[in-house]
Amino acid sequence: MPDNKVNPTHSKSTGLPRKRFYRARAHSNPLSDSHFPVPLTPAHVDYSLHYPQADSSKKIKFADIGCGFGGLLISLSTLFPETLMIGMELRDKVSEYVKERILSLRVANPGQYQNISVVRTNSMKYIPNHFEKAQLSKMFFLFPDPHFKEKNHRRRVISPFLLDEYAYVLEVGGIIYTITDVEELGEWMKSCLENHPLFEPLTEKELEVDPAVKLLSSATEEGQKVARNDGQTFQAVFRRIARSDQSVVQDVKHVRFVTSDSFGSIYDYSILQS
Amino acid sequence: MDEEVAAETRKDTEVAPALIAVHPDRHSAVVAVGPELRAFDLLTISAVSLLDDSVSGEQPSHKDNIRAIRFGAKGKLFVSAGDDKTLKIWSTQSWQCVSTVSSEKRVTAVAISNDGLHVCFADKFGLVWVVDLNQTSKDKKPTPTPLLSHYCSIITSLEFSPDNRFIISADRDFKIRVTNFPKNLLNGAHEIQSFCLGHTEFVSCLAFVPAQESPHSLLLSGSGDSTVRLWDISSGALLDTCEVAIKAGLLESNGNAEEHDHAVTDLCSTLDGLLVAVAIQSLRGIVLLSCDVSTKTLSFAKVVSIAGETFIPTCLANCSPTKELWMVTGVSSLPGYDYPSLARVLVISGIDVEEEPVVLEDDKIPGGEKLLETLQGTTSVDDNAFLAAAEAVKAAMCNLLIKKHYPFENREYRKKTRNDKKLKE
Repeated sequence: MPDNKVNPTHSKSTGLPRKRFYRARAHSNPLSDSHFPVPLTPAHVDYSLHYPQADSSKKIKFADIGCGFGGLLISLSTLFPETLMIGMELRDKVSEYVKERILSLRVANPGQYQNISVVRTNSMKYIPNHFEKAQLSKMFFLFPDPHFKEKNHRRRVISPFLLDEYAYVLEVGGIIYTITDVEELGEWMKSCLENHPLFEPLTEKELEVDPAVKLLSSATEEGQKVARNDGQTFQAVFRRIARSDQSVVQDVKHVRFVTSDSFGSIYDYSILQS
Repeated sequence: MDEEVAAETRKDTEVAPALIAVHPDRHSAVVAVGPELRAFDLLTISAVSLLDDSVSGEQPSHKDNIRAIRFGAKGKLFVSAGDDKTLKIWSTQSWQCVSTVSSEKRVTAVAISNDGLHVCFADKFGLVWVVDLNQTSKDKKPTPTPLLSHYCSIITSLEFSPDNRFIISADRDFKIRVTNFPKNLLNGAHEIQSFCLGHTEFVSCLAFVPAQESPHSLLLSGSGDSTVRLWDISSGALLDTCEVAIKAGLLESNGNAEEHDHAVTDLCSTLDGLLVAVAIQSLRGIVLLSCDVSTKTLSFAKVVSIAGETFIPTCLANCSPTKELWMVTGVSSLPGYDYPSLARVLVISGIDVEEEPVVLEDDKIPGGEKLLETLQGTTSVDDNAFLAAAEAVKAAMCNLLIKKHYPFENREYRKKTRNDKKLKE
């Protein structure tokens, strides 16, 4: 490490923070009143604090909701080096860990990992405070808290009404990724997305070519644990679509969505097909 | 034992403010205090007796504090709802309860679409429900459909946009959400048009500036942060902010001590949208703001003070045909006083750009003493009780809507024994 002061919570050999100093409960109550700072509007999100070396005109495009220990963010960082992404985590200690982990990675790999950051927040409550309308192109919900009891279903991070907010911050064509090792929750998330008028499932072929899909079960700590135990996983990957009364024009190289909102302004979305 | 005491004090602080609504053509005025609904017919100058077949005999229509009342559908309908988890829809022709809707949770806000086809109500869990009035009939109890949700937040106000295209909901988490009102209600309202963000405390009230010439209506909101803000609902853009408590001389511009003392509790705009009346929790009177629709700005016009008595309005109602502002102050119950429910009604006339507003004497109020007797329950006024009532209403609002704030140092101090913090020192 460049500075001589040895941080006792970090490993001496790798310089990364050690998990044993950041033990946290597996669950957190999303319904409780929160006592952490929340940006007043998306314009109040301090990019210079999160991404000191990134181009200041760039906006966050990917959000990992409930990022846990940050495994997915770190894999995505090198896969999409030009894209700004953020992890959102409710548990304070866990978000501290991810912060330290990113800082250490930046020190150990100069010039890399400048596009990822983490914020402690309750994404079920404060998504609109962090992102503008149609700002995001990908949202990840990996191994969320299953909340088995029916009484607690409203605490689930994928629910019919919360999908409205996710649809609001996702651009048309943006993709929502969900995966779980709990079959019941997998069914629930899939049916919520299927019944929502602003989402449609990706085709098998699209799933095959999407590099992010491969990371769903392999990149996160939780996913690796499931794989170690030979557990099953259930994924649902859906695309944000425009309202059904809007036309979709498709040409060979681009998928182009021409939509008009209810005020008559025309929006033109072009997405390069990979 | 201690818990019992705590529960009791909580019950004591759970008081509801008095509410007022005036028929758009000034046919009638209604005051709600606690579970009581008091209506007065201004055409015949007589008290109205409400007819409700769903309750037997002398039972009141509502069994707990009423939290929201309003006229709708150009005055044809009136709705009332509250802590007893029921919503009552009344016909203003006969003052007969035409429909009783059950809610799973306590109701905090109601709205009626301008075409009179839908009634929306919000519950304490942050869900907004819609009742389709076409489908209601006398023998069938209408079932509400869930429309949208503010995740686990108390919704404080609901409003339809004047063109009926949007439903606006405000909550205690500083948010105002603008949602496209769907054609097919059964599927819910999934398309969010915008979020109006910028308030730094709970949003307490919403009102539209009914501008005829502008294609997009402007939205006004009042908040616990002592400001009134003007919004463009199509983009969610904040157009202007008026720091009403500072402008009214209640608050120094730099001082933020006891900031919750000056929460905006209600606001209403006049028909032409030029003047906006604002009630503030600490002000004995109202603040008038002028709203310029062409430049989309708000500016302070004047304070209308009420002399001679303690009158801090808890609710305002605009009466456009006569350029009057009707106000009520009061509380559902007051510990330590004999009054079961306390209400006082005042009217300010001359709410107009050219005229000077006048607080009407009791005998000059339309309907006179008869009206006051009906709406207030009594004509005599005990000033001390109203001072206590204002304090009780303020305490109840704080308990309900303001989150506990822990300073940064306290939060850090509590983490000091954590392994990751301890070792970094």
